[in-house]
Amino acid sequence: MESHEHTGLLRLGDDALILAQRLGEWCGHGPALEEDIALSNIALDLLGQARAFLTLAAEREGKGRDEDSLAYFRTDREFTNALLVELPNGDFGDTIMRQCLFDQFALLRYTALSAQSIDMEVAAIAAKAVKEVRYHAEHSAQWVIRLGDGTEESHQRIQNSLDRLWPYTAEFFIEDAVSESLAAIGLMPLLQDLQGPWQEAMNRILEEATLVAPEKSGTQSGGRSGLHTEHLSFLLAEMQVLPRTYPGAQW
Amino acid sequence: MVNDRLSRIRACLSNVMDPELPFLTITELGMVRGCELDENDTAVILLTPTYSGCPATDAIQDDIRDAVSEFESNFRVKLVHSPAWTTDWINDAAREKMRQHGIAPPDGNSADKAFLLGKERHISCPRCRSAETKMISAFGSTACKAHFQCESCLEPFDHFKCI
Repeated sequence: MESHEHTGLLRLGDDALILAQRLGEWCGHGPALEEDIALSNIALDLLGQARAFLTLAAEREGKGRDEDSLAYFRTDREFTNALLVELPNGDFGDTIMRQCLFDQFALLRYTALSAQSIDMEVAAIAAKAVKEVRYHAEHSAQWVIRLGDGTEESHQRIQNSLDRLWPYTAEFFIEDAVSESLAAIGLMPLLQDLQGPWQEAMNRILEEATLVAPEKSGTQSGGRSGLHTEHLSFLLAEMQVLPRTYPGAQW
Repeated sequence: MVNDRLSRIRACLSNVMDPELPFLTITELGMVRGCELDENDTAVILLTPTYSGCPATDAIQDDIRDAVSEFESNFRVKLVHSPAWTTDWINDAAREKMRQHGIAPPDGNSADKAFLLGKERHISCPRCRSAETKMISAFGSTACKAHFQCESCLEPFDHFKCI
């Protein structure tokens, strides 16, 4: 049984790690050179955040693991990322909508983490991450607006992306024993408290983008407790193959 | 003697160049946050990364180890995250060097979030100094830079982002 604090750090690290891996798939395939570079840059920021949280989780656990053993030698059932970040990239609109939905959440979560004084190491990583995610959030929001308020085709396609991805956003705000106990000690915010501000931020972006969030949609969840889509297993297979085939490999 | 050791290390650090900006030292960029002795008499060099995922951070640590190990064996490099690195720590002389190397330095201080509020600041062209420039992409050749173009002389250039 992992401690709640350990699981909380893993969730932060896993969200960033898995999304970094997904965005990295765009490297060399972006629709324009600038976007190729932007998505790779964002992936790199997320990877840095993931390394910081996974390193902290491994150090505090004290079982001799490190960031690499957590990233490369856990199975899909041990990953705690939200389902949204493991979904396949789809087209550029799907990727940018996923990014926008996540960035707005990440910005609120990191802002809250940087403001607490229960755990100064977590606050320091979050304070750094806030600066980076501000740029990501601005970038993804501007693209959602440009595509939504663009041509008939771009509007329809990004609306479809929104419709497909929306059911996955509820998972950000679902409380469980881990989130409640971390909120109780004042380390992390109550996830429910982030939902209102997130909804407001998304409403502002979607309104300007002339997009409409689905009124009725189901909820897809399970990632926080290790119940993932099949997409995560394929992602991990690619991400983990080298260190699993050649443990300790260096270059 | 203690001071001699530390001041020798500090002097050495002020000669370690940033691998991505090889005309600036890591001290000019504000990445060295201190150098002190711990309880075992080990010299601890405190280094802060510019961006969480900056791949140059590993290379910089290697460069520090190479440079310092020439005269000192009892030292280690420690990464510190707090306070988070800010472009405010880059001094005016370093900003001028950036300009001379074709990079528009961070403008103003990080408390000014004009860019993020949709009000782009006027970044002047490092080549012709024209204020008529436009942002091509907020993400440039490295994590710390954005991509701009001058509308007067048409020069594309990097702008060191203000964070």
